[in-house]
Parts: sequence; C-alpha cells; structure tokens
Amino acid sequence: MRVLERIGRTLLRVSKFLRRDKKAMAGAIILFVLLVITAFPSWFTPHDPSAEIYTPGTGVSWNHLLGTTSFGQDVFSQVMAGTRQSVLIALIVGFLCTILSVIIGITAAYTGGWVDDTLSLLTDVVLVIPTFPLIIVIVGYVKSAGFWLMVFVLVFTGWSYGARQLRVQALSLRNRDYLLAAKARGESSWYVIFVELIPPMTSLIVANFLGTSLYAVLAASGLQFVGLGNINEQSWGTMLYWAQNNEALQTGLPLWALAPGVAIAVLGSGLALLNYAFDEVANPALRPVRATKIKAVS
Amino acid sequence: MRFLTRRIGFLLVALWAALTVNFFIPRLMPGNPAEAMMARFKGHINPAAIHALEVAFGVNSHQSLVSAYFAYLNDTIHGNLGISLLNFPLPVSTVIARALPWSLGLVGLSTIFGFIIGTALGAISAWRRGGLLDNVLPPVFIVVSAFPYFWIGLLSIWFFALTLGWLPILGGYSETVTPTLTFSFVLDILDHAVLPAFTILITSIGGWILTMRNNMITVVAEDYVRMARAKGLKPRRILWQYAGRNALLPNLTGFAMSLGFVISGAILVEYVFNYPGVGFLLLQAVQSEDFPLMQALFLLITMAVLIAIFVADIATALLDPRTRTN
Repeated sequence: MRVLERIGRTLLRVSKFLRRDKKAMAGAIILFVLLVITAFPSWFTPHDPSAEIYTPGTGVSWNHLLGTTSFGQDVFSQVMAGTRQSVLIALIVGFLCTILSVIIGITAAYTGGWVDDTLSLLTDVVLVIPTFPLIIVIVGYVKSAGFWLMVFVLVFTGWSYGARQLRVQALSLRNRDYLLAAKARGESSWYVIFVELIPPMTSLIVANFLGTSLYAVLAASGLQFVGLGNINEQSWGTMLYWAQNNEALQTGLPLWALAPGVAIAVLGSGLALLNYAFDEVANPALRPVRATKIKAVS
Repeated sequence: MRFLTRRIGFLLVALWAALTVNFFIPRLMPGNPAEAMMARFKGHINPAAIHALEVAFGVNSHQSLVSAYFAYLNDTIHGNLGISLLNFPLPVSTVIARALPWSLGLVGLSTIFGFIIGTALGAISAWRRGGLLDNVLPPVFIVVSAFPYFWIGLLSIWFFALTLGWLPILGGYSETVTPTLTFSFVLDILDHAVLPAFTILITSIGGWILTMRNNMITVVAEDYVRMARAKGLKPRRILWQYAGRNALLPNLTGFAMSLGFVISGAILVEYVFNYPGVGFLLLQAVQSEDFPLMQALFLLITMAVLIAIFVADIATALLDPRTRTN
C-alpha cells in the first residue's frame, strides 16, 4: 500500500513538473512519440524499408513522403525503421552508464580512504582520455561494430563524467545531520545509501542519464556515418553512411541525407530539453526569473 | 608545491594509461586484427618493415608480452612511432606533420572564436536575466547541440555550396591552384575553410553560452557584485571586470581541453569536407587498416589533451587562490 502511494505521489509530482515547464513537456512528448515508433515500427513504415523495388531517386510524392534512395528504397520508411536502434542505444547506454556512475561515484564518496583515491584516479583518467578518438581506435580494429559492441564501447568510455559528478554530490551530503543520525541509529550501510543518500540525488542521476543518452546517440550515429558501424543494420547513422557514399547531396537527393539527421536531432533535442529542465530542478538558481519579478511588482 | 607535484603525477599516470590502452587494444581484439593486416601488406612492403610491424604488434614473435610491452614503451618515449602503411614508406611522424597545420589553422581559430563569442553571449544573457537574449539563446542552442555536428556540415554543403554555389564543397584547397605562398592561394584556402569553420563555430558556441550563463547566474548573486553595484560602478565594468572574470574561471579547463582537441581536428567535420587535417587522417588510417598511423594519432591527440588540461589546472591555480587549498 505504502509503495503504491509513493508511486502515485511521484507520478503526480512528475506530471506537475511537466505541466509547469514547457521545455520539459516538449522533451517528454518527443520521447513518448519516439518510444511508440520504437515499440511498433510496422505501424509507421508504409513500405518495406530495405526493399529496393521502387523507382530510384524520385522526389517527394504521396506514395513516398520523403522520396526514394538511389537504390530504390523508401526514405520515409527507412527513417521510421531506424528509430528503434537509436532509441535503444540511447536507453541502454544511458542506463548502463548511469548504473556504473552511481556505483563507482557513491562507493568512492561513501567509503573514502584509499578506495576513494583509487576510484577517483580511475574516474579522472578515463575522463581525460579523448573519448571519440578512443572509440574510433577500438572500433577500427574490428572494422564493423554491431549493436552490442557499440553499446559496450560507449559504456566503457561514457561513465566517468557522471561518476565524478555523483561523487562530488555524495561527498557534500555525507556529513549532513540526517545521514549521521541514520548511522547513529545503527542502520546498515545499505539502508543509509539507498534510503538516505540516493533519493536526494535523484534529479542529478536523471540528468546524468539523459546526458549520457544524448552522448550515445550522437557518438553512435557519428561512427555509423563514417562506416564503422554495421552497414547492413537499419539505423539513422547507416542511412547517412549510404547517402554520403552515393553522393545523395550532389545527385539531387538531399532528403536522403538530411532526413535521418533531422531524426537524430529530434531524439537529441528531446533528451536535451528534458535534461535542461532537470538541471533547473537540481540547481534552483537557474530557474526562469520572470514569474517572481512580476509578483514583486504587483 | 604539493599541488604541482600532484598534477604532474596525474599527468604521468594518465599518459601511462593511454600508452597501455594503446598497446593492449589490438592484442585483446578477437580474430587478431594485426595478423590480418600483416597478411594484406605482405609482398607490398619490404621484409624489414614487415618484421618491424611484427615486433610492434606481437605477431609471430617469440617475445613475451611483458618484454614486448616494455620495448613498446621505450620506443614510444623515444618518439619512434613506426612507418605508415597507407603512405609507405613514409614514417608516421612525417605523415602527421603534413596534416597538422590544416587542423591547427581551421579548428584552432574556430575554437578560439567560438569560445570568445559564446562566452560573451552567455555572460550578457545571464546579466540581463529574462531579457531577449536570455529567452532565445538557451532553447535555440539546446536544440542545436542535439544535432550531430557532421550533419550541420552536410546541411551547409547542400545549402551554401550546392544550392547557392557560393563556396567549394570539398578539400583544403583547389587542385587547380599550385600550392605556393601567393595571395590567390591563401584566398583559395580561406574559401575552402569557410564552411567547415562555420560548422564548428555553430556547434561549439552553444556549450560555451550555456556554461557561461550558468556560472554567471551564480556569480551575479555574490555579495561582492552587490557591493560593486552599491559603490555605483558602471554596469559594464561590473559585468566584465567583476562578475565575468570570476564566472570565466570554471570554463578555463573546458577551453583548454578543447584547445587540446584542436590537434585531433574536428574528426567528423573534416571527414564531411574531406579536409586534409588530422581528424580526416585518423579516419583514413582506420579505413585502410594503417594501425601504426592510427596508434600514433591516438597518442598524439591524447598527449595534446592531457598537456592542455595540465596547463589549465596550473593556470586556474594561479588565477584562483580558492582552488589551491585542496
């Protein structure tokens, strides 16, 4: 019962937050639509996305909303079908990175001593090694990174920023009275960490998840664009790869190259807008000031 | 002093980690990529070079992993980076030296301009909280920062080069122009640099605006800014000399990091424009499986970034006494 009540209250708070903040609302709607497309791609693909059976290189028409590729595929269906991979990369990499960041950052801050020193050093070293060149080098040896290798590489290089942020915040909370009180009551470390330490950090953790997801989408599509992904998978990055390799821009098929980019940007903006709104929750100083000013005048 | 030794220690540890990662990645990969590369190049390059490669990547050698590792560290420290396969028989260092000026010029200048413009806009929009800039810039650049930056390059090629025909599509200079130091050649280079520079500027500026704005919002609420106002100082002086200077400090490290990244070029932008810089070279090395060149480029980029961060840390400590007491 208490759990249900808590979930209900959280949902209420989320909906209130979304209604108050236009940026967050826009971000949430975008992500919701993309999730629906991810779950039911066949509802949104009027043609078979990989079939090369239509007149190649046609422009916009009712039958082909975004024209066709020079192979005779339907661009609109390809964009819709590519949604799934980008959304999944964003969610999975974001989730795994956040879990790693929470574990490493909070362990470091809560334990202190040599454990903190070691974990912090590890975090800082991973943080300063240039991520994108490292990813290119790792994937370069394999030549073609399929979905799971991509996820692995992005998680391997993407957790450090969040771990560092979370460690700093956990450190600042560690000596607060309510935590010391919980310890003095003789609560176990697990209780202190999960019930007292993590809940106040929720907005930072969520912001971190959104930020990492955005990084994953952009990095993965960049890798696929230069041909380091699996070029036979259906995704926005590989669409861009084929468009670039067949000189879509120069041969009068700009939509083939521009549409997947817009799709990536839509997903990215959804994540970034929500992220920005969560930043404002975590740091009240950043909230818009207009409302309070008007009140002061009247 | 203790601060300095700590930073130097960290620099060395990070460098060592990068070297070690560089050494072990090809050895941990499934299917031994180095052996496959060797098989492809056998017969095309001379046996001495093949042997050097075998030693470098641990193929067919009876060397133990540990002694190979130390030999590799020793070679790298002495600047012995091997021979590029893509440009055989040129040494890797010569190939990189050729690409470096292009990246330094293009990415260096656009990074610096991006930082200056973005920081100024961010400071002003925080100063006039709720003003026009403050309402328009953040949401616009949140959306822009979500675009893949290579795609902005594609869009600008399509619009400015293909549709309007104002600027060249590809390359660092026209193939018809002889590369000599004449006025027309310099003009030609600038002509080719406009679109990639514009792409980098558009995509980098947003980050500076948002971070500077956020720093500035915190700083403006400080007592010394209120004090400066109470003293009746000119708003412009408070904005730049009091608040701006302090809000800038946390951004120094970020700026230094992006200066370090100048060496790496803007990888995907250079790729889109076939711009002959370091980033394009890295992708060429990857695509033609030129592993020595790839490794050397990764090390060079890492070293540049690490040294830039080191310099920024020292500079921040000199400029901001608060960071010195750890």
